[in-house]
Amino acid sequence: MREIKAEVIKDTVRDLFLDANYFIGKDLYNKLKEQSEVEESPVGKSVLEQIIKNNEIAAEEKIAICQDTGMAVVFIELGQEVLIVDGDFNEAVNQGVREAYTEGYLRKSVVNDPVFDRINTKDNTPAVTHIKIAPGNRVKITVTAKGFGSENMSSIKMLKPADGVEGVKNFVVKTAVAAGPNPCPPIIVGVGIGGTMEMAAVLSKRALLRPMGEPNKDPRYAQLETEILQEINKSGIGPAGLGGRTTALSVNIEYFPTHIAGLPVAVNICCHAARHAEKVI
Amino acid sequence: MEKVIRIKTPVTTKEIKKLRAKDNVLLTGEIYTARDAAHKRLIGLLKEGKRLPIDLNGHFIYYVGPAPAKPGYASGPAGPTTSYRMDPYTPQLLKLGLKGMIGKGTRSKEVIAAMKEYGAVYLAAVGGAAALISKSIKKVDVVCYEDLGAEAIHRFYVEDFPAIVVIDSEGNNLYETEPPKYRLE
Repeated sequence: MREIKAEVIKDTVRDLFLDANYFIGKDLYNKLKEQSEVEESPVGKSVLEQIIKNNEIAAEEKIAICQDTGMAVVFIELGQEVLIVDGDFNEAVNQGVREAYTEGYLRKSVVNDPVFDRINTKDNTPAVTHIKIAPGNRVKITVTAKGFGSENMSSIKMLKPADGVEGVKNFVVKTAVAAGPNPCPPIIVGVGIGGTMEMAAVLSKRALLRPMGEPNKDPRYAQLETEILQEINKSGIGPAGLGGRTTALSVNIEYFPTHIAGLPVAVNICCHAARHAEKVI
Repeated sequence: MEKVIRIKTPVTTKEIKKLRAKDNVLLTGEIYTARDAAHKRLIGLLKEGKRLPIDLNGHFIYYVGPAPAKPGYASGPAGPTTSYRMDPYTPQLLKLGLKGMIGKGTRSKEVIAAMKEYGAVYLAAVGGAAALISKSIKKVDVVCYEDLGAEAIHRFYVEDFPAIVVIDSEGNNLYETEPPKYRLE
């Protein structure tokens, strides 16, 4: 067994959230630059230029890219030969979030109870965690600071197997287009297909973590990603919803085997400030 | 780009009625911040027949919950939040003389009708450009509801705060007129 101190988990989670909130990924930055050069709408082009400038300021001054520094989502692949010592694993993750959000001048956006109290927990905890046991003696931690302007535009539907590829396509395009200007386009569209209802939702979130420009390994799904992206960009919604060709930057699909009776499809929308970071310990 | 118009707050209905959808504006002066929880409280006071803690007449409300400011900064990153969540409350505030809202995203029919009735505009700031926008915020005070943290009502003093008129006082709406120009069949 390889021993890893809980404190190392905590420090890693903290550093990753600071990193994700201050520095936009190079892949996304380059994609925004590319789009600003080809965008036909003058207003759309100006919006993209402001977004790029914003990301440069945030990185240079180490301040948050967006004031909505999100709800903290943490994906963990825990090697089965790892023993976490000197502390509680879940508490270490939350303490990492707490330290990042309080020490890093990030907004605390979490309320304790969704319906009745809605009192701010003041440290952005608890995090939403997804833990998977993996072979080996390493721990891979991927964090994303998920803003809710785009989260609110997400949707899930239990399609019928007969709906097939067209049904999937229609539902994803409809969801993205109906969101219009609300989720801060240009957006990234995460799609989870298959599994059960909650599995599809988790897959759609995981899909948002994929590097920009990397298609699904299965050519059929890669083709579907391209077709859906083209359809969304035909809408003319454009940057900030003010008209243009750049409505979505990428459509990322993840899939999983499902039941004979089902075809679950989850669409998780992310704004242009897709903030995520990962590290292997 | 369309013309750039400098606006100093507070504003008159006459000034607001001159603004047209697609005008770029640079706002200077005081603006109030309020989002979900603060709106709920303001409307709660109105329901009880009480006075509001802020005078909205001639003013703008910016839908924002800023991130904390780093030492030496007047404001933390402060971009717009999505406006439709405030739709149920907005017509009542327009009736009290609110002249404009700054946010992002669509508004309801009811809000647009009230904007036309009372003479008000809806401006969009670029969502997610929070660090850039914060450079035009020179001073920040908490006015009330400090317990709400980022959702408290703040008074921002802004200089040349950049925004675009998305819906004007006649109801012209860029979210409806612009995408069709780039739509492909």
